[in-house]
Amino acid sequence: MANSLPTEFDVVVIGTGLPESILAAACSRSGQRVLHLDSRSYYGGNWASFSFSGLLSWLKEYQQNSDIGEEGSTAWQDLIYETEEAITLCRKDETIQHTEVFCYASQDVNDNIEETDVLQKSPSWVASSTLIKPLDSACLSEETHPLYVSSYEMSAKDTTKNNGEVTDAAETLVKEYCRYKTYKHTVSDGAKDETKPILEDNSDPPKRNRITYSQIVKEGRKFNIDLVSKLLYSQGLLIDLLIKSNVSHYAEFKNVTRILAFREGKVEQVPCSRADIFNSKDLTMVEKRMLMKFLTFCLDYEQHPDEYQAFVQSSFSEYLKTKKLTPNLQHFVLHSIAMMSDSPCTTIDGLKATKNFLQCLGRFGNTPFLLPLYGQGEIPQCFCRMCAVFGGIYCLRHKVQCLVVDKESGRCKAIIDHFGRRISAKYFIVEDSYLSEETCLNVQYKQISRAVLITDQSVLKAESDQQISVLIVPPVEPGACAVRITELCSSTMTCMKDTYLVHLTCSSSKTAREDLESVVKKLFTPYAETEIDKEELKKPRLLWALYFNMRDSSGVSRSSYNGLPSNVYVCTGPDCGLGSEHAVKQAETLFREIFPSEEFCPPPPNPEDIFFDGDDKQPEPSGTSNIVMAKLESSEGSKNLESPGKHLQN
Amino acid sequence: HGRLKVKTSEEQAEAKRLEREQKLKLYQSATQTVFRKVGPSERQAGELDESVLELTSQILGANPDFATLWNCRREVLQRLEAQKSPEELAALVKAELGFLESCLRVNPKSYGTWHHRCWLLGRLPEPNWTRELELCARFLEVDERNFHCWDYRRFVAAQAAVPPAEELAFTDSLITRNFSNYSSWHYRSCLLPQLHPQPDSGPQGRLPEDVLLKELELVQNAFFTDPNDQSAWFYHRWLLGRADPQDALRCLHVSRDEACLTVSFSRPLLVGSRTDTLLLMVDESPLAVEWRTPDGRNQPSHVWLCDLPAASLNDQLPQHTFRVIWTAGNAQKECVLLKGRQECWCRDSATDEQLFRCDLSVEKSTVLQSELESCKELQELEPENKWCLLTIILLMRALDPLLYEKETLQYFQTLKASRAVDPMRAAYLDDLRSKFLLENSVLKMEYAEVRVLHLGHKDLTMLCHLEQLLLVTHLDLSHNRLQALPPALAALRCLEVLQANDNAIESLDGVTNLPRLQELFLCNNRLPQPAVLQPLASCPKLVLLNLQGNPLCQAAGISEQLAELLPSVSSILT
Repeated sequence: MANSLPTEFDVVVIGTGLPESILAAACSRSGQRVLHLDSRSYYGGNWASFSFSGLLSWLKEYQQNSDIGEEGSTAWQDLIYETEEAITLCRKDETIQHTEVFCYASQDVNDNIEETDVLQKSPSWVASSTLIKPLDSACLSEETHPLYVSSYEMSAKDTTKNNGEVTDAAETLVKEYCRYKTYKHTVSDGAKDETKPILEDNSDPPKRNRITYSQIVKEGRKFNIDLVSKLLYSQGLLIDLLIKSNVSHYAEFKNVTRILAFREGKVEQVPCSRADIFNSKDLTMVEKRMLMKFLTFCLDYEQHPDEYQAFVQSSFSEYLKTKKLTPNLQHFVLHSIAMMSDSPCTTIDGLKATKNFLQCLGRFGNTPFLLPLYGQGEIPQCFCRMCAVFGGIYCLRHKVQCLVVDKESGRCKAIIDHFGRRISAKYFIVEDSYLSEETCLNVQYKQISRAVLITDQSVLKAESDQQISVLIVPPVEPGACAVRITELCSSTMTCMKDTYLVHLTCSSSKTAREDLESVVKKLFTPYAETEIDKEELKKPRLLWALYFNMRDSSGVSRSSYNGLPSNVYVCTGPDCGLGSEHAVKQAETLFREIFPSEEFCPPPPNPEDIFFDGDDKQPEPSGTSNIVMAKLESSEGSKNLESPGKHLQN
Repeated sequence: HGRLKVKTSEEQAEAKRLEREQKLKLYQSATQTVFRKVGPSERQAGELDESVLELTSQILGANPDFATLWNCRREVLQRLEAQKSPEELAALVKAELGFLESCLRVNPKSYGTWHHRCWLLGRLPEPNWTRELELCARFLEVDERNFHCWDYRRFVAAQAAVPPAEELAFTDSLITRNFSNYSSWHYRSCLLPQLHPQPDSGPQGRLPEDVLLKELELVQNAFFTDPNDQSAWFYHRWLLGRADPQDALRCLHVSRDEACLTVSFSRPLLVGSRTDTLLLMVDESPLAVEWRTPDGRNQPSHVWLCDLPAASLNDQLPQHTFRVIWTAGNAQKECVLLKGRQECWCRDSATDEQLFRCDLSVEKSTVLQSELESCKELQELEPENKWCLLTIILLMRALDPLLYEKETLQYFQTLKASRAVDPMRAAYLDDLRSKFLLENSVLKMEYAEVRVLHLGHKDLTMLCHLEQLLLVTHLDLSHNRLQALPPALAALRCLEVLQANDNAIESLDGVTNLPRLQELFLCNNRLPQPAVLQPLASCPKLVLLNLQGNPLCQAAGISEQLAELLPSVSSILT
């Protein structure tokens, strides 16, 4: 099987994070032969999402921080010719540090319930040979949707059979695609039904659900826990790209339902849209007017320079004080709308951020943010799927030993994988974490502090318990960082019923726990069997918590890497920001650098306009091509019926 | 080779063009076939069958706004009703409902389609109203301002007898989503009076105070959030509005000289020549008279008059009693003409509330007062918002027109000066201001019981409420911006001297049939040619006419022309 992998490509992409996946899709879409590799067993790199058990095995891996990979390596040094030299790649992933896990939920005696879930990797995965899975969407869904029990062996068999046959592969893809669609559809329907009884339950508030650790483990497959917590600005670059390229059809989205603020020790809802302000019970009439007036002004602040010219030099918070806004309104605008809690931001930056927020409002709902169902990890996978549709080949658990550089031209010409196989290509795209210490000698990394919590209640109760909230907690002392919190309910398909999945993110000054624990303590209380304090009782209880630091390579410039050939392009890992604008921008910039004349991720053609170009330009014998076209068309039809992208298109 | 290729844009365009041509051909031929089938002779031959349904559905499916074809379908369906079995009919109706829904998806604002659905549902023996309500909710989900759908919803809710409380909750939910929704506010104004019926004695169509206050808060939320949204202001005006005033006879006047009786009413009405709308009793016995309006047009009017026979005015009796009964309005008025008197009248000493139908009521002056305060607060924040300024003016009028007169005029000035007012509404504001000034003058006159009225130097642009001036003998309209003396002026039956110098008057339609008019001053106006003076010929007592400073004075031989036109006017100054 290993032999069947072609050894020549146009582009080799190493790493399946968001920017790499977008680039892979863009290259494949513009007709390049793409090989997309990841040494990990899952898609997405640090952009991935995991089931609960998946997250535990991910943690185990980092805690052991094992010397993996060594045994599989062949002596590749022998494979380098005299005219060549090698740039070694990194063998260990060092992007995650300071992982700490706390379990508060009770661990019953009968705790040894094994998760029925298919674990993400079989223990013997290191030994197993490289698996080539061209165009296999079943395996894409397998990782994060263990419900979809397609057995591992089966897909392996499938791929062996199909390997290298484009037509067959396309057929499989269509089939898989349809299965995938139906699967998603039914699941989300089920979820809707599920929410109803929950609402009824809510009517008797004093009763609290008791959730044990064993329940979490048992229902572990209901979780899709993101490593990076990000949202999509509904007028942002990522949404635009998803829509333009039709990749949006592969995923489903929900609108964030509310924006929260943390002020004077209390969580409150921020009225940010016209409808919110109209409906708000907490604002006075005059406050409503002043807030609306200010927000309306921000929408086209450039047209009224006289309104802010005098404050260009002062900070945004100083400027807000001059706008007749009451302190609560100032807080809302500064922290929750402009989201400018960190470093004193200028008036212009604040206005710009407010405008951006407001422009995103109302496109898909009452808040500016969208969230993919089943976790953030869906998004890179969707781009991988697009890449596969246009012929890209995928290999997970595929290590690359080194880049081979031609001494004379100074260009990279091939890679050597852990089988010692040489795969040549014209362009190489490598994610930062794959680069060796030597290459990154001069690179300064920032860090992101992350916490993932499983709680039993929302931080702000409302009529419906199915809320998706964003909350910014401003820094307590100047110089510290604001903490961004997203709280997800079970209908986002990221956590089990009756729980909430809470993500905390800030840029690190210390370890994640040191950075975030104080905020966690303010908002939550550890789960205890006996309820002690009345005040504490109101807070949601922590069932489980994880802290970790993630490397933020987003600020690294290309020039700080040592000795990379000009045709090796570097993608960075996730940044600390709320949106994925950085990743999209990076992918587009690199694509334009590599293929200046090609369009970046154009919409896929209408199936009716696709035909096979025969060698002799004679009409194609109506055999295979017709079947494929019919298939494509039917898949298009099913798309329209279910309109999975309807959230994005209305 | 062997790869997927994509058609070029030219190929795509060509394919699209061909497809469109094909579609057009089909559409045209189908239309022709339908018209052939429903022609007058084919009708007889029984061509109105299901094939017409099939054909029209093809066309309407593409273009639901083809009204004629909906008519065809109705005719066919009516015919089939008589021919088919109940089961077949049920299937037919089901298909028709499905088809209508598909048409609505093509165009959710198609008059024809919604109308057809109304028609169809109205004919069904057991219509499924729940389904229809769901349909409405679905279409309003897509576009909460689709008034076609709102209209249909009101129809369905009425037919299905949906409790008003449920419908009100529905409007609540849509207003919460987006309060710029005329239909939703309007529906509330229909539902709330149904939900809170007033006791018989109270003014109909109004709300109890607690409900009113809640609605006022809701609507205040809307206009504080977005003061430029008109829908909320209009609803606000409805909330503070008052019911129509009770029908009443305002004034009754009898003149011995002119042998004439004049009545003015609280609202314009039409008195037919032989109907019993009005009943005149002279000395307690009915008298048949011919009613007419002062301007002679006999159109609905506030003022009607009739000639009295000499017998009912003779001086032999010590007095004559005149009583007019307005049968429909259940109102009457009486006055007594004493021996030796030339005239008599009876006039309501009405309060302003009864006299003028303000836009806002005085039901609860505390409510109005607090509304005025919050509007002033908003006006401070939004000094140029025209809706807010206008509402302040209306509230002040409703509270106390005379007390707030000066302030009101200032707000008018602010309103006119502000940049926000569109020039298209400038004349409307001028007229509104004139109306309020006239009302105030009438009120002042009322309290002083005078028959001389000075309306000079008030910047008036129009005249109104002239029916209130039935008894005025001297009227000064000088130094205003009037462009005409309107027909309603003919109601001033007692007018003897009219001063209208220094205006922009071009026409004199109202200066007609004024039995006592003696002196008319029209200096410095814009009377273009002698012909516009024609109405004056009908004023028998006119002796002095001053036309100096009018364009018509420039015409050659003007004196001769005027002498010919108005032979009885002894002194004409040009």
